[in-house]
Amino acid sequence: MRLEKLLSDRKGEIVDRWFNAVIDTYAPETARIFKSRGNRFANPVAASTLDSLQEVFSGLLQAADTTQLATALDPLVRIRAVQNFTPSQATGFIFTLKTIIRNILRHELRTPRLADQLPPFEKKIDDLALTAFDVYMQCREKIYDLKAGQERNSVYRAFARAGLISEISEDGPYPESN
Amino acid sequence: MADETPKPDELLSKMNHRPDTGQDWMQVPVNIRKGMYCYASNPKSVAYLGLPNARPWNPLEEDWKLPENWQEILFEGFRDRLEKFRSFKVFMDICVRCGACADKCHFFIGTGDPKNMPVLRAELLRSVYRHDFTRAGKILGKIAGARPMTLDVLKEWWYYFFQCTECRRCSVFCPYGIDTAEITIMGRELLNLLGLNIDWIATPVANCYRTGNHLGIQPHAFKDMLDFFCEDIEEITGILPEPQFNKKGADILFVTPSGDVFADPGTYTCMGYLMLFHFLKEKYGFDITWSTYASEGGNFGFFTSHETMKRLNAKMYAEAKRLGVKWILGGECGHMWRVINQYMDTVNGPADFLEEPVSPITGTKFENAKSTKVVHICEFTADLIKHGKLDLDVSRNDNKVLTLHDSCNTSRGMGILEEPRYIIQNCCRQFYEMPANTIREQTFCCGSGAGLNAGEDMELRMAGGFPRANAVRHVHAKHGVNMMACICAIDRAALPTLMQYWVPEVDITGVHELVGNALILPGENKRTTDLRSEPLPGMEDADEG
Amino acid sequence: MNVKYMYSLLAVIALFLIAWIGSAIGLKPLFGIVFPYVAVMVFIAGFAYRVMSWARSAVPFAIPTTCGQQKSLPWIKPNSVDNPTSTGGVVLRMILEVVFLRSLFRNTRMKLKESGNKLAYNLEIFLWVGALAFHWAFFTVLFRHLRLFTNPVPGCVELVEKIDSFFRFEVLYDAVKVALPGVYLSGIILLLAVTYLLLRRLFIPTVKYISQAADYFPLFLIFGIAFTGILMRYFLKVDMTSTKELTMGLVTFHPTIPKGVGSLFFIHLFLVCVLLAYFPFSKLMHLGGVFLSPTRNMRTDTRARRHVNPWNYPVPIHTYEEYEDEFRDKMIEAGLPVEKMPEPQPAEETDKKESHDG
Repeated sequence: MRLEKLLSDRKGEIVDRWFNAVIDTYAPETARIFKSRGNRFANPVAASTLDSLQEVFSGLLQAADTTQLATALDPLVRIRAVQNFTPSQATGFIFTLKTIIRNILRHELRTPRLADQLPPFEKKIDDLALTAFDVYMQCREKIYDLKAGQERNSVYRAFARAGLISEISEDGPYPESN
Repeated sequence: MADETPKPDELLSKMNHRPDTGQDWMQVPVNIRKGMYCYASNPKSVAYLGLPNARPWNPLEEDWKLPENWQEILFEGFRDRLEKFRSFKVFMDICVRCGACADKCHFFIGTGDPKNMPVLRAELLRSVYRHDFTRAGKILGKIAGARPMTLDVLKEWWYYFFQCTECRRCSVFCPYGIDTAEITIMGRELLNLLGLNIDWIATPVANCYRTGNHLGIQPHAFKDMLDFFCEDIEEITGILPEPQFNKKGADILFVTPSGDVFADPGTYTCMGYLMLFHFLKEKYGFDITWSTYASEGGNFGFFTSHETMKRLNAKMYAEAKRLGVKWILGGECGHMWRVINQYMDTVNGPADFLEEPVSPITGTKFENAKSTKVVHICEFTADLIKHGKLDLDVSRNDNKVLTLHDSCNTSRGMGILEEPRYIIQNCCRQFYEMPANTIREQTFCCGSGAGLNAGEDMELRMAGGFPRANAVRHVHAKHGVNMMACICAIDRAALPTLMQYWVPEVDITGVHELVGNALILPGENKRTTDLRSEPLPGMEDADEG
Repeated sequence: MNVKYMYSLLAVIALFLIAWIGSAIGLKPLFGIVFPYVAVMVFIAGFAYRVMSWARSAVPFAIPTTCGQQKSLPWIKPNSVDNPTSTGGVVLRMILEVVFLRSLFRNTRMKLKESGNKLAYNLEIFLWVGALAFHWAFFTVLFRHLRLFTNPVPGCVELVEKIDSFFRFEVLYDAVKVALPGVYLSGIILLLAVTYLLLRRLFIPTVKYISQAADYFPLFLIFGIAFTGILMRYFLKVDMTSTKELTMGLVTFHPTIPKGVGSLFFIHLFLVCVLLAYFPFSKLMHLGGVFLSPTRNMRTDTRARRHVNPWNYPVPIHTYEEYEDEFRDKMIEAGLPVEKMPEPQPAEETDKKESHDG
C-alpha cells in the first residue's frame, strides 16, 4: 500500500494539477476565468470540477466501487456532456491523471518496489475512464430523452389531459422532429 | 521512463480544440454545432407575417439563400437603427472593454465559449460598425478592430445572437449600463431583414398573429381547455368556477401567456388564477373576463423585432377597448412584463380609454400603473393578502420546500422582487432563498429565454441553465428544497427540463399554483389532493373520492 | 506577439520621438503654439460633434435596467436609487455611477461575502479600485494643472494641491538628493493605476482576448504623459516661470515661446495634444456617453408615465374583426360571444341561438 500512501500524502498537489489540466481543455481566455475559482455560484464549472476531482481521487485511493466512482464523476461529466467537447475530449481528462502521477512521483518511481505498484493503480485509472464514458453516455441519453420528450411532456400532455387530442396512437399526432 | 511520458499539457494539446493563445477572436471561424442552435424558420410563418426573404434554408448548409444585395440591406438597416436608437449608437461607441461583464453571462459560464462573453457578443456587431461607420475603422481596418461584413461574419452573428437570452444580467455590472439585450435585439432585427430567424420564434409569432396565441390554439379550443381546468378544480374542491370569455362590459380584462393554458406545469398556475377569480367573484362580486383574441400575454415578436413586438402587443389594448373594461390584469410572465412595463404604453398607448387601475376589492390605487393601466397579478394578489381578503390554508403546501427563481425580465426590466416573495410566504411555510449573487437583480437566467426554449438546442439550454441549476442544487442539498417557484411562463416550460438534467428532485411551480392550493373556496369540500392531483400533506393514505 | 499592443506602443514611441526631434530642430512654435490650439479645437469640436450625434439619435423606448425593488404597493419599500422612479433618483444613480463607478463595484460585493478564494475576490476588486484610482487621479492632476492657466491661482486649486501633497517624501540619498517640491500623490497614483490597467490587458488572457489596439493606445499615451510629467517635476526640474509664461500666453491668446523651456516639456505637451485630439474619436468618449446611456439615465416609472417614441409608426395588425371572420363559426359553436351573427340559415337557427346564450 505504499503507493497509495504516497499518493494520499500528495493529494492536494495531484488534484490541483489535475484540475488545471481539466480546465486547460477550455479556451485559454475561459480557462483563466474558470481557474480563478472564486465564488462557487458565480463560477460553478470550476467549483463542480474541483469537487468532483477531489472526490474521484479519494475514491481511487480508498478502492471505491464503480457506483461510488460514477457518483463522484457525475457532476463533472454531466457538465462536459453539454459543452463543446467530443466524447473523447469530454472524458479524456481521466488519462491525464496517469501522466500527472508519473510526473509528480518521478523520483520515487525509480524504486522498483514502487514502480511495481504503478501498473495496478493505472489499471484502476483505465477502469475509471470507462466509468466516465458510461456516465457520459447516460448524460447524452438523458439529453436525447429530454429533446424527444420536450413536446409530449408539456404541451401534448396538457392537451391529452383535456381530451383535446383524438388518440390515434400512443405517439400522438406530432411527427418526431429530426 | 517517467521522463518519456508527455506532460499533461502536451497530452491535452493532442486531442483538444484549444485555439492558439494569442489568436485574434476574429480569426476563429464560427463552428455551428448541433445542439447549440435552433432550426431555421419555416418559410410559411415568415411569409404569413409579411417579413422579408421567406424561403427554406438550413444553417448547416453553405448557401443561406440570401438576397443578392444582402450586404446593402444590412448596411442600410444598421444605419437606420443607429439613428433610431440612441442606446444602440451609444453602446456601439463607449465600451472600453474593461471585462467586467465577461464572466457574468450564464451562457459563457456554462458553455465556456469565449464568444459568449457579453463584451464579445457586442464586438461581433461593433467590428462591423467600426468598418462601416467610423473613420478610424475605414482607414486602419483590422488594427482599429474593424472588419467587413462577410458571409462568415453573418453566420457568426446568427449563431451567437441566438445564444443570448436577452436577460440583461451583464448590464447590471457594466459601468456604462451597456445592455447586451439591446445589442442582441438589434442583431436579431438585422438578421430578420434577411429572413434569418429561428423557427421556435417565427412560427409562434405567426400563430399569435393569426389566432391570438403562440401555439395556434383556436378560440373554441382555448375555451375548452379552461373549461377542462374548471372541471378539474371541481373534482378537487367540489366547486366549479365559471370563467367569462370575451365579455363586454366586464371590469377587468385578464391576459396571461398561453403557456399557462396549454403547457404543464403552467396549467396548474392557470388553475390557480381560475380559483382566485372564482373566490373573488363569490365573495366580492369580482368581474373579470378572459379573451380568446388577446389570448397571449407572451410576445415572441419581441425576439424578432420591435415592429413585430408592437404588432402582437396591439391586441391587448384593442381587446380592452372593444370589451370596454376598466383596466388590464396581467398573469405571471417574464418577457410579457418587460414589454408591458417598458414598451406597451409607448408603442400602443396612450390607453386613455381605460381607467387608472384600482383594486375593486381593497380600493388600492395602483399608482405605479396609472398610465399603462396594466397591473401584475402578483401586485394584485399581494395587495389582497395584505388586506386580509383571502382565506388561506398554508398547511396544504406543507409538503413543499420552496425557493424562488427571480425571472430575468421581471427583475431587471421591472423590479418586481418582493411581491412574489410576500405571496409565497403567505401561502407556504418553508421558503429558502438561493445564494445572494444568483437572485433578485443578479438572478441567473433559465437559459431558455428569448425564444430559445426549443428541443433541438438542448445542449445550449442545459449549459446556459447550469449556473441557475447549480444554485438550486445548493439549496436542495442544504435545505431540502423540492420546489422552485417562478413568475414566468418560459421558466415554467424550460426549468422542469433543466431540473430533470441537473437536479431531478426539484420541480417547478408558478406562484399562483401555490395560491390555488392554499385558497379556501367558499363552500368547498375537504380537499385530499393538490392541483396536480397529488395527495395533500397528511392525506397520503386518504381514499380518493 | 500581439500586434495590437505593439502597434500602439510603437505609435506612442513615434510620437515621443517626433516631439523630441521637432522641438530640437527649432519647431518649438509648432509644438508649443500651433499643435495646442489645433488639439483644443479638435477636442472641443469633436466632443461636441460626438455628443450631438448621440443626442440626434432618438430614444424610442424607456429601457432602464432595474437593479432593485420597484415602486408599487405603498407597504413595499422601493429601491429608489437602483430602481429610480423620480428624476432625483436618476440623478443620484448617475452620480454614484460616474463618481464611484458603482456598477463596477457591484462586481465585487457578493464575492466579498461568500468567496471561498481570496485571490479571486482581490482580482475582482482590483478592477474597481484600479479604475477608481485612475479616474480620480487623472481628474486631480488635471485640476492641479489649472495653476498653469490662471493668474492668480484660485484658492480651490491651491487647496487641492495642498491636500494632494500632504505626504512629503524626502529622498536623502547622496545619489538622488532632490529637494522634492512636495510629492503629489495623484501623479504617482495615476502612473501606478495606468500601469495596472495596462498589465491587466497584457497578462490576463481574457482581457487580452477582448482588447483592441484602441484599448492599448490611450493607456500607453497616458503613461507617457504621466511619466514625462513626473520626470519634469521631480527630476529634470523644468523652469516653472517660463512654462507658465507659455501656458498663460496660450490662454490669453498672446502665445510666446519663452526661453528656458526644455524638450521634455514639448514632448509632454505634444502627447497631451495627441490625447486631446484623439479623445473625441475614441472609446475615451465614454466620458460623455455614460450620461447618455438609456439603461442608466431614465426613470423607471414606465407604467406610471408614458414615454413617447418620436418615430412611432402604425403597423399592420390582425384586427379582432379579421379574427372573428376567420373563426366565427367555431366561436359560436363553442358558445363564445361574437360581434356579428351570420345570416341565419333556417336549418341551423335553433342550434346557434342556444349556443349564443352561453
